[in-house]
Amino acid sequence: MVKAEDIRPGAEIDGFHVLEKVHEGSMAVLYRVSRPDIAQPLLMKTPKLGFGAHPACYVGFEVEQMILEKLVGPHVAKFFAKGSVEDTPYLVMEYVEGQSLREAVGRAPLPAEEVARLGRALATALHALHRQDVVHLDVKPGNILLRPGGEAVLVDFGLARHGHLPDLVEEEFHAPVGTGAYISPEQVLGVRCDPRSDIYALGVILYELATGRLPFGSPTRLGGFRKRLYVEPQPPRALNPAVPEWLQEVILRCLEVRWQGRYATAAQVAHDLAHPEQVPVTERGRRLRRSGPAASAWRWLLALRHEPPPCPVPSAYLGSALHVLVALDPAHATEALGGAMRDAVRRVVTAEPHARVSCVSVLEPSILTEEEAGRELAHSLHTQRLMELRHWARPLALAQERLRFHVLESGNPAHALMEFADGHHVDLIVIGARGSSTLRRLLGSVSSRVAAEARCSVTVVRIDQ
Amino acid sequence: MKIALLADIHSNLEALRACLAHARGRGAEQFAFLGDLVGYGADPVACIELITGLAERGAIAILGNHDEAALGGLMENMDFQARDAIYWTRERLGDRERTFLGGLPRLVRDGELLFVHASADHPEAWTYVTGGRQALNAMRAGGVAYSFVGHVHQPTLYYEVGDEARAFHAVPGAPIPLSPRRRWLAIPGSVGQPRDGNNTAAYAIFDRTGRSLTFYRVPYDYLSAAGKIRAAGLPERLAKRLEEGW
Repeated sequence: MVKAEDIRPGAEIDGFHVLEKVHEGSMAVLYRVSRPDIAQPLLMKTPKLGFGAHPACYVGFEVEQMILEKLVGPHVAKFFAKGSVEDTPYLVMEYVEGQSLREAVGRAPLPAEEVARLGRALATALHALHRQDVVHLDVKPGNILLRPGGEAVLVDFGLARHGHLPDLVEEEFHAPVGTGAYISPEQVLGVRCDPRSDIYALGVILYELATGRLPFGSPTRLGGFRKRLYVEPQPPRALNPAVPEWLQEVILRCLEVRWQGRYATAAQVAHDLAHPEQVPVTERGRRLRRSGPAASAWRWLLALRHEPPPCPVPSAYLGSALHVLVALDPAHATEALGGAMRDAVRRVVTAEPHARVSCVSVLEPSILTEEEAGRELAHSLHTQRLMELRHWARPLALAQERLRFHVLESGNPAHALMEFADGHHVDLIVIGARGSSTLRRLLGSVSSRVAAEARCSVTVVRIDQ
Repeated sequence: MKIALLADIHSNLEALRACLAHARGRGAEQFAFLGDLVGYGADPVACIELITGLAERGAIAILGNHDEAALGGLMENMDFQARDAIYWTRERLGDRERTFLGGLPRLVRDGELLFVHASADHPEAWTYVTGGRQALNAMRAGGVAYSFVGHVHQPTLYYEVGDEARAFHAVPGAPIPLSPRRRWLAIPGSVGQPRDGNNTAAYAIFDRTGRSLTFYRVPYDYLSAAGKIRAAGLPERLAKRLEEGW
């Protein structure tokens, strides 16, 4: 039986060869390790136990051990092994090559494009986590690594919550757990279960990247934490005039006090950061000062009565905030098919009030685009198609916020649609079957290829000929 | 080694059979019956026969308050329908069934595991574990890492966090790792008379090797079970509640 104290460079633990110490924090120690049968670099994490150790150390470790084992995908460090809880507590995971997001925060304020790129990577990672029923609850630059390819990896699940597992995290000293600067208002009130808490932290990080400042500083006491329940943050554009309105709109929406006011999913944040021109800018995006003392007093009063709604299981909640892609082909679809597709979409958006709809159409790339006249023609075709999409969506009478339009260019429509669906976390594709058109005989059916190959659910709409 | 935890069977043969088949299909090799084998339902003899057979091959079976009442114990804490069912059950039990029920222990310990019908804090008092305070008392009185308890029909997992016990309502089918470093008290829910608005039978499986617990809900032929209750002339409410799960 090996003891926790035996883990040190040069030691051999359950087949893992312990190499150098990488980091020693207040809660845990990290070592690089290797095992002959595993080619990639590995990291061993051990909690600090024994005399003088913080009592939360072991709980955090226990939580991380429970959760990390269940997670998959490129946005977490891959799990390899764990030690038995009785004698040697350790976790072995992938050693992620890459830089901490702290480096980018150090360079802030950053240009809007870079903020959007980093924010999109982080939002994508958070959505991948939420889909696996986990809320991180300690999202901060130090817990985010960026792989050389630009993908974000979330680390340290010591405060995380898995929707299928009991919450072991203890509230210490009657203060909420989390990091003062990034903690959401509901976490301040002790609620630890909603994916939108991570979206709030994402908003704080975007704010920090765009302005170089934190919206509420770094409080350490409960009173300081509570301030975010009623004080509005200074609008980012007031601190850095280079911040575009659309970016401020996105940031302040992530930072709404009531979670119902925030983005429904991190996927929606990623979608908006990828397509700034489609973000509907409201007063929130334009304001240059925070509201006056009367509004703050009102918000303070509301904060006293603020009672967060009951906890949903993350994946069940995400299911109600699904992203629907409607693949439209106005050039070939009949009025009847367009209407039937609208009915199919209406049934989804009526049942699920958080659902977002992207109307997508694929244009054949123009052969004339090399020349000036060709580019102009392509541009006008693009605009024309956008107008057709808007026309199709009008009878749905959806709030601007729930609707997006995209015209893609590709000679392979099925492939373009599926690529868009993958890149934008689409949960459901609604597509029309074209019946027996000449085009279908020539090209094969786009809908049948999408139905067979897409990675999400597909509804194929048919009408009687 | 997987052990199936089956509580509050209440003479519901259809539910018992469905849970046993479900548990075997998931690799359960051991069975623990957490009390209240009889009462309410119309198949006391068949249920006891099935459980006796398993007990002879090593299954754990615990005495519940309805079992005690069926043997002639007090019923002062029971409502009228429960009493009616007990009087009816007493007439059906033969010597074999009485001998089996009479020989059941109130509490069984097996290493770090404890099996009991109600709170391990004075099991004979039949205290319901319905909140953190009772759960904490029960866990501490038991003194082991894992307590498996019946009596309360709502599936719940209690666990010690600091100086309190918290309740967790599990998602059926999702395994929960239970660290031996803290105390846990699991109520698998009722096999034969679910009361949480879900009319499917409830039970759980504990994996002793991997130390993980999974709650399950099993659809069963509640129409037949309810039909037998009506045919036996037992109170209509006892049939109705099986159909609706209250």
